[in-house]
Amino acid sequence: MNSSLSSVGVVFGREFRAYFATPLAAIFLVVFLALAGTMTFFVSGFFDRNSADLTALFAWLPWLFLVLLPAIGMRLWAEERRSGTIELLMTMPVKPWAIVAGKFLAGWAFTALALAMTFPLWITVNWLGTPDNGVILAGYLGALLMAGAFLAISACISALTRNQVIAFICSVIVTFLLVTAGIDVVLGGLRGWAPYWLTEGVAALSVLNHFERITFGLIEMPTLVFFGSLIGIALIVNTLVVELKKAQ
Amino acid sequence: MSLVSAQKLSKRFGEMIAVDNVSLDVARGEVVGFLGPNGAGKSTTMKMISGFLEPDRGAAEICGVDVWSHPEEAKSRLGYLPEGAPAYGDMPVADFLRFCGRMRGLKGAGLRNRLAEMADRVRLTEVWSRPIETLSKGYRRRVGIAQALIHDPDVLILDEPTDGLDPNQKHEMRTLIRTIAPEKSIIVSTHILEEVEAICSRAVIIARGQVVADSTPQDLLERAANGRAIRVTIGSPEEKAVVEKVKPCSDGADLEVMERRNGSTRLLLRYGDTPADATELAKRLRDAELPVEEVGLWRPRLEDVFRDVTTPYH
Repeated sequence: MNSSLSSVGVVFGREFRAYFATPLAAIFLVVFLALAGTMTFFVSGFFDRNSADLTALFAWLPWLFLVLLPAIGMRLWAEERRSGTIELLMTMPVKPWAIVAGKFLAGWAFTALALAMTFPLWITVNWLGTPDNGVILAGYLGALLMAGAFLAISACISALTRNQVIAFICSVIVTFLLVTAGIDVVLGGLRGWAPYWLTEGVAALSVLNHFERITFGLIEMPTLVFFGSLIGIALIVNTLVVELKKAQ
Repeated sequence: MSLVSAQKLSKRFGEMIAVDNVSLDVARGEVVGFLGPNGAGKSTTMKMISGFLEPDRGAAEICGVDVWSHPEEAKSRLGYLPEGAPAYGDMPVADFLRFCGRMRGLKGAGLRNRLAEMADRVRLTEVWSRPIETLSKGYRRRVGIAQALIHDPDVLILDEPTDGLDPNQKHEMRTLIRTIAPEKSIIVSTHILEEVEAICSRAVIIARGQVVADSTPQDLLERAANGRAIRVTIGSPEEKAVVEKVKPCSDGADLEVMERRNGSTRLLLRYGDTPADATELAKRLRDAELPVEEVGLWRPRLEDVFRDVTTPYH
């Protein structure tokens, strides 16, 4: 028998390599970098802003991630259920949570790789000016946390179906709601009629607000707890869903 | 001691009762053929014993370890080939087996030895570094078997291991199962009956979720023959007339029409415990001026047994 941690490692290794077994990973990385670059340089006007920071990149990440992380997470479980390999996986002498964690970490590591590949932007700002690299680092940390939350949610939804497309669409909808909960249009719509606590509650659920604060360099407890509990809850639900629905 | 012990397993899916009070004990060295019509509950029972599916009622133990209270320990003693031999298609055979070995706690030299043994014993060397999705059905099944054997488990549960294989591959698979059988408890589900005669020391027949027969294949055959039986073919399509004429010659045997074909009627005369004499019967039939085509002792096939015990349930 394995210790649970080494099982997490074994699952992680297989899943991470699985991303590169098909051209999907390369396509994903290219699309992500192309979109991130386009948004940063052309839409946000990276050079015209004349300011040595990566705000132009970070401002777009929530919107890019809400499409891209469901794409990374959709296959994690739906594919296992479609091909029947879930029966193999769940009859191994391994705790279900270890499999859930291994899969999640593999997707997260892949996202970290994608984020790391935006390093030319970081070099560019350092070459052109003297940015506060601490703030930039905080921004990357925030991006990684946000990605983790979106991925955990996508993985959880993926466990509910054997169809990757359905998993993708449902995940995009949920992450979209989480992102838009903080924008003024939504909150303004609520303010007219909803009680104060509801408006504030919805605003507190907003990924956008928490992420924005962290990109200003504010690494605060509520933000860490927010992303941490999103990830934690989604993974716990994921484990329950896998155990309850594996045979259906 | 029985390595597999299932007690009163029951499972329903909505309104349908898939498995109803199935108990099964398998000792070391036994190969149990798990038989039944499609949808009889074979796979569901195997899924419950392997710990994939939780039973509504009942319990299962692998090597004395309860599958539901100590799942990891029980599963570590078990090799399981799910129906259809699922595998990660994009992985090369070697990587897939390495993954399965690691998940089962093998590492280092131990893992390398087991991989080498699997390549050799299950004959996978030729396709060792090819992605599984590019393999033929026969090879995929073998990968599934190798995956179930990688940790040298005491208990092996194989759901239709020979399904979709050509006759040579089936033969190879059976040889493999026979060679590993003495040290293990093996449950094999199948609907190929010759397979049961070839490899199983015991046949368990299940229909509508219930065990309807559990015995050695030989015993089942003898039971089906119900003592001695004689098969008679008469060259006349007139079923009723034939039966009426044969009856007086038959010493009170049970008459049963087996089939009518090409203008002939084939009857089965069951004698139970009374000794039957085919020569005497043939003589009497000819004396009665019946167009006798064939008279001979009848030896049932497992297929007949299978039909016998499962048809009352349809």
